[in-house]
Amino acid sequence: MDPGETPFKFFTVTYLTRIGNQSAGNLEELLTGLDQCSDASIFHHTFQTLSDHHFLTEGFSNDFAQWALAEANRDALAEHFAALDIRDYTSIAALRDDLCRVLRDFIAQNPAFSRQEALDRFYFCESVEVTTPFGLQARTLDEFRDGVASISHASFHFHFVSSRLRLQLGTNDFSHWLATSLGLTTLADTMNRIDIYTNTLDSARAKIIRLVDRERRKHEHVADPQPHPAR
Amino acid sequence: MSTLQIPSRIPLDDYSSVIGAGEIAELRTLARPLADREVIMINSTAVGGGVAEILNRLVPLAEELGIKIRWEVMMGGEDFFEVTKSFHNALHGAPYHPEIRHFEIFREYTEKNAKRLPLDAEFMVIHDPQPCGLISYREKKNNHWTWRCHIDLSHSNPAVWNFLAEFVPCYDAAIFSSPQFAKQLPIPQYLFYPAIDPLSEKNRELPPEFILDVLARYGIDHLRPILTQISRFDRLKDPVGVIRAYRIVRRYFDCQLVLAGGGASDDPEGAAVLMEAQAAADGDPDIKLLELPAWAPLEVNALQRASTIVIQKSLREGFGLTVSEALWKRKPVVASAVGGIPTQIIHKHTGLLAHSVEGTAYQIRFLLSHPEIAGRLGEQGHLHVKENFLITQNLKLYLTLFLQLGKLL
Repeated sequence: MDPGETPFKFFTVTYLTRIGNQSAGNLEELLTGLDQCSDASIFHHTFQTLSDHHFLTEGFSNDFAQWALAEANRDALAEHFAALDIRDYTSIAALRDDLCRVLRDFIAQNPAFSRQEALDRFYFCESVEVTTPFGLQARTLDEFRDGVASISHASFHFHFVSSRLRLQLGTNDFSHWLATSLGLTTLADTMNRIDIYTNTLDSARAKIIRLVDRERRKHEHVADPQPHPAR
Repeated sequence: MSTLQIPSRIPLDDYSSVIGAGEIAELRTLARPLADREVIMINSTAVGGGVAEILNRLVPLAEELGIKIRWEVMMGGEDFFEVTKSFHNALHGAPYHPEIRHFEIFREYTEKNAKRLPLDAEFMVIHDPQPCGLISYREKKNNHWTWRCHIDLSHSNPAVWNFLAEFVPCYDAAIFSSPQFAKQLPIPQYLFYPAIDPLSEKNRELPPEFILDVLARYGIDHLRPILTQISRFDRLKDPVGVIRAYRIVRRYFDCQLVLAGGGASDDPEGAAVLMEAQAAADGDPDIKLLELPAWAPLEVNALQRASTIVIQKSLREGFGLTVSEALWKRKPVVASAVGGIPTQIIHKHTGLLAHSVEGTAYQIRFLLSHPEIAGRLGEQGHLHVKENFLITQNLKLYLTLFLQLGKLL
């Protein structure tokens, strides 16, 4: 297989969490906050929190769902929030619209709950992203595999999960590069279907490495068509 | 007392066995633009307390990454520390009526320290209220000053806070341990969780025989369930409430309770609280009230590791790093939903939260009845700490903050 013309460049990313001046003590205030907070805040409480809590593979989806469940004691609302899959969004605006719609619908159906005080307030924070080149790039599948194996959780999340906001495509950096630079569209599609909610970042990474290894073996067979001697 | 020795300076690469080589490589990448840049951290004590414990680990690690980092300690007389202790308690919400003289003492010592401390590093990080006023002596206008507040300001005494509010907005940024601990400020406020060191004496792996030795020393039976709360003998840690919860659990399970901590020998209130706990224990041989010396990390480590369930039934709490210590050791934790505890205990994911004596007892009974769930909570708690509350993560956040403040990328 030929090396890709454009190398895959691995980045290191870290996030500072900036504490905002907004908080919500009930559902109505949460709706106001959701409507008015920055894009970086929506990102923080959905994309970023999934990275911080990636090891929870049962029932943790985003901060809004967790607060609705644990602090506001509204299981049904929590379920609706949790059902929003960040992979369906290529813009924060669309995600914000759906978060607001879910909450607005719930309040409309349950007006008595809208001003009930939660056990603890929801504090709006935002992510401040700092990226820097990791100094590692890949042109071949082998180099790509080594890179994926060696990057940090944050870097993996940056390339595999939050990348769709940057690309504004329903895919991730890895799949995008495999498809466009190496022409491996089937591998790219399979990789893009890995469920980030029921996998940890480690198990998702392990699956990617297994998929890449399988692909490498296929190409080894193509490159080496000699029949193996009988044992 | 402690018989195991480990070197105090731990190379960064040793942490790769804990967090992975990728995370270490990332730290080195982030630190590259900060090589040879000067950082000064200033706090008010070199030993004892959580801040000194964190700086003891953080400073050598940052140094190893090529940063010219120094840790300076503010000096003060008894009068200064009496005033700052009152300030500290008042910022936590205790009643206090400051006199003008108290503010003068604070200013006098700030000035004295400003004359002897170097304040010209590119990045200045000032820890807690005691050295907060040093910002008034900022000379270089192009260096970056950050105030790291480790305490909960949500119930602060207005007179003391108004005094500090004269200084805080002069900083370039502030750091708090929880969003609810913060104040409305005109400067950027960042969230840094406190952190534990997985390789320190308090948290490192211990040989099983050492743990058994500690249990034998304190007369604890390793064959029966052990419920443990590690904390100072302080009413806000509710030791009597823990004993009441234990008595409810005892109706169903043949278990033991260990309450271990310091604070009784050098603090009259601590001694009184220990006596209250002794009275509540009423001679029960399965309740062990252990008054540990101020610094007994290996004993604390061994008691946590030997525990079946760790309890933190505080009535009020700062961040409560003893919870992270227990989670790191994969222990199921039952804790009160106060202060920074819910950040560490995500209910039903990384532990169980309770709001009363009866609730605490119920959660303990539930975990003793379902060891497989207890095991899962402990495992997920360990991963939560690994991801969010380790010293390496704290170091990464400081590097990121310096890159951000210095616009170095």
